[in-house]
Amino acid sequence: MGTAVTHAPAMEGLSKDSEPRHGPVNSSRPAALKRRGRRENLAGYLFMSPWIAGFLLLTAGPMAASFYFAFTDYNLFDAPKWIGLDNFSEMFGDPRWRHSVQVTLWYVVVGTPLKLLLALSVALLLAQKRRGQAFYRAAFYAPSLIGASVSVAIVWKAIFSDDAIVDRTQKIFGIDVGGWTGDPEMIIYSLVALTVWQFGAPMVIFLAGLKQVPRELYEAAEVDGAGKLRRFWNITLPMISPVLFFNVLLETIHSFQIFSSAYIVGGGAGGNACGPADGSMVYTCYLYVQGFENSRMGLASAMAWMLLVAVALVTAVLFWSQKRWVHYEEGA
Amino acid sequence: MSSPSLSTSLDPGGPPSATGIAPAPSTRAGALRRRLPGSLAWHFGSLAILAVILYPVIWVIGGSLKKSEDIVGSLDLFPGSPTTANYTRLTEGIADISISTFFLNSLTLAIGSVVGILLSCSLTAYAFAKIRFAGRNLLFTLMIGTLLLPYHVLLIPQYVLFRNMNMINSYTPLLLGKYLATEAFFVFLMMQFMRNLPRELDEAARLDGCGHLRIYWSIVLPLCRPALITSAIFTFINSWNDFMGPLIYLNEPDKYTVSLGLKMFVDQEGVADYGGMIAMSLVALLPVLAFFLAFQRYLIDGMATSGLKG
Repeated sequence: MGTAVTHAPAMEGLSKDSEPRHGPVNSSRPAALKRRGRRENLAGYLFMSPWIAGFLLLTAGPMAASFYFAFTDYNLFDAPKWIGLDNFSEMFGDPRWRHSVQVTLWYVVVGTPLKLLLALSVALLLAQKRRGQAFYRAAFYAPSLIGASVSVAIVWKAIFSDDAIVDRTQKIFGIDVGGWTGDPEMIIYSLVALTVWQFGAPMVIFLAGLKQVPRELYEAAEVDGAGKLRRFWNITLPMISPVLFFNVLLETIHSFQIFSSAYIVGGGAGGNACGPADGSMVYTCYLYVQGFENSRMGLASAMAWMLLVAVALVTAVLFWSQKRWVHYEEGA
Repeated sequence: MSSPSLSTSLDPGGPPSATGIAPAPSTRAGALRRRLPGSLAWHFGSLAILAVILYPVIWVIGGSLKKSEDIVGSLDLFPGSPTTANYTRLTEGIADISISTFFLNSLTLAIGSVVGILLSCSLTAYAFAKIRFAGRNLLFTLMIGTLLLPYHVLLIPQYVLFRNMNMINSYTPLLLGKYLATEAFFVFLMMQFMRNLPRELDEAARLDGCGHLRIYWSIVLPLCRPALITSAIFTFINSWNDFMGPLIYLNEPDKYTVSLGLKMFVDQEGVADYGGMIAMSLVALLPVLAFFLAFQRYLIDGMATSGLKG
């Protein structure tokens, strides 16, 4: 889901107003306060009840079930059979699984930095107040809304196929791979191009961050004779580092979960393959193939947990590194 | 905006001071002189990016008016003699199912999702923003945790769950979560908005004896309209674009959404009827494009605040 976005300051929790606030009237009457507290608790849990039900039924319960399935042989029709770590050893020994890990990692490592670099560069360009700025901002954002659709994936497949524009342009330079989507090595780059094309969402967030950098800082630096590059390095970058962190975190997590575009551009998992020679067989595609086409629900659950571990590790490393390069303003 | 050309002509063109203590007027004129080529470069750069961004969209519009065999091979964006044959082809439907069925199905799901998200997420957001109940910090942490959780971990057990409840091939699996506030992003967006409402409003209402339900419904919700609109549009678009959910849960073509119908088109006649496929791709995008054109300000503002302190 392209727009599932968290809030960076979320990590700070609710501290803003979580200290107990005693009303001047109630504090002198503990019994009334207690009664009021109980009423607040009741109201709170009533308002939260849809979320709590959803959390238990659709998140916590399924996670527990998935953890159990990961250690079983389960085909949906017979009861799950406990097989210990067999799913994991099968997974690690499966060259196709290793291939899907490789494809996905490559996609994340190439696509995410390119996308964020473009997003930041264009945000810096658009941060200059000029005529047409709002128009460009809106136009550049549009791909982020349609990029996840089947339609765009179909168009993408066409544009990157043999004899279409990208291929023809390439031939001018004497390179002929017969279209990216037909080439096992190149098809993943057509997906990278698709994610980079959607740079608008992080760009909008960068722009909002750039707007909050106090102008005085730049003016002071200019007086001190700092050049453009220095000002960017010493003022802009530290000031927008929370936003940068937020974008890196979310875009990375999202990249790991790419599915629809790989599935469509790769021709679907129909016949159990994704792209020429599995060129676009990203992790979730293989998970889908194993779970829903081969009915290996246990194995697919084990794969899902490996994905969770990978994403959790990346998240943990990013949060750990945050201390070194992310500057939160005092008292903000 | 000042006029750079005028300033440049007035500029005596003195060399920039090497000492760094040049008089103010001359530095300003120098900055203006630099701005003219800068402005040109700015527009040039923006237009170049725009061209790359728009190319696929223009390509699909032009392609839908071409004959099937000309779509991929020809580099002309628009055909010399446009044809509407691809669109008339669409009126025949896909695999004996009319295109309008897919649209109606997608619309049902999208509207159902919007209603669910607005109700359930605003209730949860209100609890986090306005009610001081025991354990809310823990619940809040759990909610943030779900934001970072890869959906694929839930994919298989949820499928097993809905299958055991005999709900495969119905819209329940696709909608239930929307009514149970599982989309933490929207809870967050609304909560952030509610926390910034003036506290005096609901405190006054409390003193007048209003309960939380009353405050939620009559005071907070109406004031949250911008956040609700942003959430509604994002929900609609996400639901319209969703592919994996319908792919897994729907298996009768007459229940298919536009995304699935399109995928079926590709699988069944994609090669034989390239033109129809491209036309259908464009038609499938129209609702999202229309929403974008109508509400882009809400979308961009909602997106922008999502990364910042509310």
